[in-house]
Amino acid sequence: MAHIKIDENRCKTCYLCIETCPKGLIKKSNRVNKLGEYTVEFVDEKKECIGCAMCAMRCPDVAIVEVHK
Amino acid sequence: MLVFETPKSFKKDFRYSFCKGCDHGIAIRLVAELIDELGLKEKTILTTSIGCSVTMYDFMDLDCIEAPHGRALAVATGVKRACPDKFVFTYQGDGDFASIGLAESMHAALRGESLTAICINNTTYGMTGGQLGPTTMMGQITTTSPMGRNREYYGYPIHIAEQIAMCDGTAYSARVSLDSVPNIRKAKAAIKKAFEAQLKGLGLGFVEILSTCPTNWNMTPSEAHEHVKNNMTKTFPLGIYKDVTEE
Amino acid sequence: MAKELIKGNFAIAQAALNAGLQCYFGYPITPQTEIGEFLSLKMPQMGLGYVSAESEVAAINMVLGACSTGAKAMTTSSSCAVALMQEALAYAASDELPIVLVNVMRAGPGLGSIYPAQGDYYQTVYGGGNGDYRMVVYAPSTVQECIELTYKTFYTAHKYRTPVTLLADGLLGQMMEPAEFTPYPYPEVDSSSWALTGAKDRGGRTICSYGPDEQKQIKHVFSLFEKYKLISEREVMYEEYMTNDADFLMVGFGSLARNIKAAVRKLREQGIKAGMLRPITLFPFPEKRISELASQCREVMTVEMNMGQMYTDVRLAVNGKTKTSLLNIRPVGEWMSVEEIVDAVINSTEKVYASI
Repeated sequence: MAHIKIDENRCKTCYLCIETCPKGLIKKSNRVNKLGEYTVEFVDEKKECIGCAMCAMRCPDVAIVEVHK
Repeated sequence: MLVFETPKSFKKDFRYSFCKGCDHGIAIRLVAELIDELGLKEKTILTTSIGCSVTMYDFMDLDCIEAPHGRALAVATGVKRACPDKFVFTYQGDGDFASIGLAESMHAALRGESLTAICINNTTYGMTGGQLGPTTMMGQITTTSPMGRNREYYGYPIHIAEQIAMCDGTAYSARVSLDSVPNIRKAKAAIKKAFEAQLKGLGLGFVEILSTCPTNWNMTPSEAHEHVKNNMTKTFPLGIYKDVTEE
Repeated sequence: MAKELIKGNFAIAQAALNAGLQCYFGYPITPQTEIGEFLSLKMPQMGLGYVSAESEVAAINMVLGACSTGAKAMTTSSSCAVALMQEALAYAASDELPIVLVNVMRAGPGLGSIYPAQGDYYQTVYGGGNGDYRMVVYAPSTVQECIELTYKTFYTAHKYRTPVTLLADGLLGQMMEPAEFTPYPYPEVDSSSWALTGAKDRGGRTICSYGPDEQKQIKHVFSLFEKYKLISEREVMYEEYMTNDADFLMVGFGSLARNIKAAVRKLREQGIKAGMLRPITLFPFPEKRISELASQCREVMTVEMNMGQMYTDVRLAVNGKTKTSLLNIRPVGEWMSVEEIVDAVINSTEKVYASI
């Protein structure tokens, strides 16, 4: 089943992944990091992720550490 | 099926120290992916430079030598002449490569050194807080061009990929950007070509990468990437300026 | 091996090859250009690395790169161009890289002239780079010593992983005299614990001078000076001439010391109990021995072809034990002759143009 894994420690909350996901499956979460910024989360209730890995390609911080197809 | 994972040639538990939305992180990841894919880790010696690019050795699990400001291609020349069987590449910013180090860069290209050079062009000196650099665009406001770059005081920006392509020893020279996923894929293909130029012993492989500096541009990461797409690529057109790797 | 008539610059170049030179990077400047010319023929024939660099800045940085792999690499230059290399030397000291630099001195400041001089004492011994570091310096006096000290320069650089300079001068570089190429006498130094060879069966190594961590940087500078202390204890070299009963000591370095030696003999003929001490290592400086000799001498005279640079170190070594003086009839050009030196000592004439 296609999905991604996010490393919140590496994430700097630039939100480029949110813009990039063609299915809109990455969102700001309710959680905040050390800088008080909302971290991102992968929410795929309808199993829409196709494992295209565009989010991982786009992420400047290698915070999307795994993409499964 | 795992289709993407953190490249193996990164250090374990690394975390970039770059600012939010900075494309250095993507460029370094592409390099790391290619080192993995081409199986180069054990024979690679990386030469870093001064500026934000210097920190690369904090993230990569490679043998690295830090060059004084601007001298990366001279240092890399020394490494390669001492060890011709090693894979040697440099990673520099535009100020390092094309301002203080222009002579070293150009002469490495003219000598046709069997090296790969990667230059991050973000049109400013990032680490020192956003001053006018050799690639600062006409009209661009920086901390040392508060009225914008003009001809009278500052002259014109350098078109690095075109200049390096003019050197007879250059095997490959391209300008790429990281503003979209398709362009990131093209950037990786270009870096691969520049790696292959060295591996085939054809001469210098060079890639200029248009990158963001959201902090010093006073933009959000998203705005910065729009700026690369809409403005930077007009001054610095993307493309392959020289490629003898297929001849 | 038989003695042959050879020019100082060629002697240095051949000695570097005998020492196992793997890479040479250089840029022409009189009076040392013959070294690069000689090696540009030999090294490609031997399959070794040779680059005619675009500048001295590039040349020394190429040496830095080559040395990072553990290779024996060298550049050669002269005074005003050595000034261009100071940045990389500071990096190399901090990086702990075994850079070999040959400086065949000419006159300065600035472009100066191609006449011999000894005006690079400060630049070489105290360094023109930034931060706290020292550089080991060997100063030959004869063409034979050019050979032997070139060997020593390579060995010391690799043994202690530190930049070392062979400080010759225009006279020595250009003169011919008989010399013998003895074989390289030192063992090879193992660099496998630190050299960059590719991260195979181990983690990546980084050679850098950049220390964003304050505590690490403090520790690093202290460790460098522990090394310099060790070098100071072990590696001091000097030549003494007729010092046993001397009560008038002359101190001079490089090829000028040959004239000082002859002056000592002449002065002895005239009843003056003169002696000479010639520092062979300028860092580490033979301060202990000079201090000992100062106790037996009524005067310690520094004789040098500059405005009194080594004089500083001699005065520090004497430390008020006896009278010190400086003889520097000319800071540039033809070496002070034996007669000039003798005359200055006998007549106690004021031949000091200035000192600091």
